[in-house]
Amino acid sequence: MAQEQKSLIARFFSYRESAIFLALILLMIAVTVFAPNFISGSNLYLVSRQISFVAIVGFGELFVILTGGIDLSVGSIMGLSGVISALAMAGQEPIWFSVLLGLITGIACGLLNGVLISYVRIAPFIVTLGMQSFARGVILIITKGWPVTNIPKPFLAVGQGDFLALPIPLWMTIFLGLIAHFVLSRTTFGRRTYAIGGNEQATFLSGINVKKIKVFLYMISGFMAAVVGIVLVARFNSAQADTGSGWELDAIAAAVIGGTSLSGGSGSILGVIIGAAIMGVIRNGLVLMRVSAYWQTAVIGIIIVLAAVLDRIKNK
Amino acid sequence: MAEPLLQLKKICKSFPGVKALDEVDFSIQEGEVVGLLGENGAGKSTLVKIISGVYMPDSGDMVWHGNKFTIKSIMDAQERGITIIFQELNNCPNLSALENLFLGREIRSKTGVVDFRAMKKKAQEIFSYLDVQIPLTTPVGKLSVALQQMVEIGKALLTKAKLIIMDEPTSSLTEKETRKLFQIIKELKAKNIAVIFISHKLEEVFEVTDRIVVLRDGKRVGELETSSATRDSLVSLMVGREIQSFFSSRNKSAGTEVLLKVEDFSGPPNVRGVNFELHEGEILGLAGLIGAGRTELALLMFGAEQKTSGRIFLRGREIHVHSPWQAIGHGIAYLSEDRKTKSLILPMMVRENITMSIHSTLSGFLGILNMKKEREIADSFVRLLEIKTSGLDQVVNNLSGGNQQKVVVAKWLATRPSILILDEPTRGIDVHAKAEIHKLITDLADKGTSIILISSELPEIVALSDRVLVMHEGRVCKVLDKAEISQENIMGAVFAG
Repeated sequence: MAQEQKSLIARFFSYRESAIFLALILLMIAVTVFAPNFISGSNLYLVSRQISFVAIVGFGELFVILTGGIDLSVGSIMGLSGVISALAMAGQEPIWFSVLLGLITGIACGLLNGVLISYVRIAPFIVTLGMQSFARGVILIITKGWPVTNIPKPFLAVGQGDFLALPIPLWMTIFLGLIAHFVLSRTTFGRRTYAIGGNEQATFLSGINVKKIKVFLYMISGFMAAVVGIVLVARFNSAQADTGSGWELDAIAAAVIGGTSLSGGSGSILGVIIGAAIMGVIRNGLVLMRVSAYWQTAVIGIIIVLAAVLDRIKNK
Repeated sequence: MAEPLLQLKKICKSFPGVKALDEVDFSIQEGEVVGLLGENGAGKSTLVKIISGVYMPDSGDMVWHGNKFTIKSIMDAQERGITIIFQELNNCPNLSALENLFLGREIRSKTGVVDFRAMKKKAQEIFSYLDVQIPLTTPVGKLSVALQQMVEIGKALLTKAKLIIMDEPTSSLTEKETRKLFQIIKELKAKNIAVIFISHKLEEVFEVTDRIVVLRDGKRVGELETSSATRDSLVSLMVGREIQSFFSSRNKSAGTEVLLKVEDFSGPPNVRGVNFELHEGEILGLAGLIGAGRTELALLMFGAEQKTSGRIFLRGREIHVHSPWQAIGHGIAYLSEDRKTKSLILPMMVRENITMSIHSTLSGFLGILNMKKEREIADSFVRLLEIKTSGLDQVVNNLSGGNQQKVVVAKWLATRPSILILDEPTRGIDVHAKAEIHKLITDLADKGTSIILISSELPEIVALSDRVLVMHEGRVCKVLDKAEISQENIMGAVFAG
């Protein structure tokens, strides 16, 4: 019995995510001690919804980072997709069509990113930095800075409603997370994604169309950002011109805290979820403890670096 | 006998799953040249990495000039006078020879600014002592490997090294450059500097060393004075048994049917108008100096680089190859000359590497991988090639060089190629693995696979090839038939151009 327990513990620690998962649990306990209302149902409901949004954008970011790339445009793509969907809905287009339009917007932005990176061979940092500014500019041109309102009532449930007592965005995270995990671990596409991050040239010489795969990766990133952007419209009952500003950093941070290597080749969906959860719990905990909002940003910064240090020590 | 410069006593070192060194003793005198021999994975690299401060030993003592000491880093070792010159030269390719030479120990003037004039003077002194001409301002990445090595040796002299470790220094040198290096080793010896020399080429070890230490499976299995060592005695020490013959011979002769015809092939950077035919079940050797265009030709044929002109015919029909995946689709496989940077995904598992080029046969609907089939295929190749690994899930980075190379071979055999281009298939692997790969090559050809063999080791080309193409400056300058193949004829053609 004792031996079996030992092997269970050993197995737990053989996972790359184990240390960071343990950190999350300890963090939740600590927050509960200082702010007991953290653990209340209504608070956890809110926190899980917030975590969900960051996690989904983080999924897309993970795909890109696994190959050693980066996508700085996810925040603006969120905003643009949301605005396009909201405008279509406000213009009395059917909801399904409006959502589809928003998703296509996100995928198209990703396609453009991917083509410029793969085929014109411009560094991902530059291309997506350009897209970040471009997409945000398009939002401002379209909306002139005003929020888009008149969102149809039935659509709001996507962002505000729940199913089996859990918020719908959380269900979406679980659903998309399972699919993304399956794709990464069980399909040729996932295998090739990790391979590119491990050694791009060897992957190419193994007969794999590296460029094509990279284009798809940025499209996935654009898609995930669009999903969140559209759901946020339902959440806030409007599309704001500044929705998604700064989210690219949260998405990258979720991946990094979750153990993803920025040089590519290692990282996981589970890691991203845990990374997003750690950030969400800290933000929420600081609010509950009545710490000034200004502190949140500073603390998140410390956590990002701390996570990287932890990962380095663990892998030494 | 005088007190040794360096003495290692019962050094042990383990890595996850491997005991790399097991109570190894080693010593070297001032001004002595000691050869370190062993198959890949025998522990040579680990041993020199411990001496040069890359790794810390798990247990055992190190003695320097009679005093016990420990080394914590490469810097630490350098301060003591121990320098290592890695096989993959660790320089900054974008910096000049001068900057590399003085990296981290720049000479400064009184104001704290780097004193280039003083550095230049010192550099010229060192290079003229080594009797080499090195342009001081050219980025070292643009220099030949031989000259880059000279810069490293210069660096060792600059730091007043007492012990220089050379890890396979001749693996990418030409014959002439190798001569030069040996000359310099003799001069270092005369200066009372000790040298540890690692090489897989026995002739070189015989020529340059005073004493030879042989490692096998992490243990020291023998030590011989070079004057009393023989080729056979060393080989049997290394592999633990007598090896009958270095090269397997063919059971069958090559077919006469033309499988592949290459017509007027040209392309970047230097391939110009190459024509040749490859027969069914033939081993076609491709000889020439480094830079003669052999690898470049292979990359064009494989579609990894785009040709500017030329046509390929497979079984009489023209095929169009613009990418590696098209080439593989036509049954062409290319094993590249550098397994670490161009062949393997080092952080990935043995099975994942073996099946890297056959994803389409492993996956069905939506590209979902059939893991069971993957394991079966990978397992069959691990058995066939006798790859030593703790399991299919082992990360290839943890395997020895020879076994890594076998994984690459497995990857390409898994594609069931009809044409296999092998670019330096035995570079940097030990005699035992080498013999196994030679046997495999002849077996494959016997079964009808056509092989293009690129190798800088002439004995290998001579022993295995049915015909030899000699390349010079991007052209085929000579075709040798079976009866004409000899080292002399090949070298004659290479230098005649």
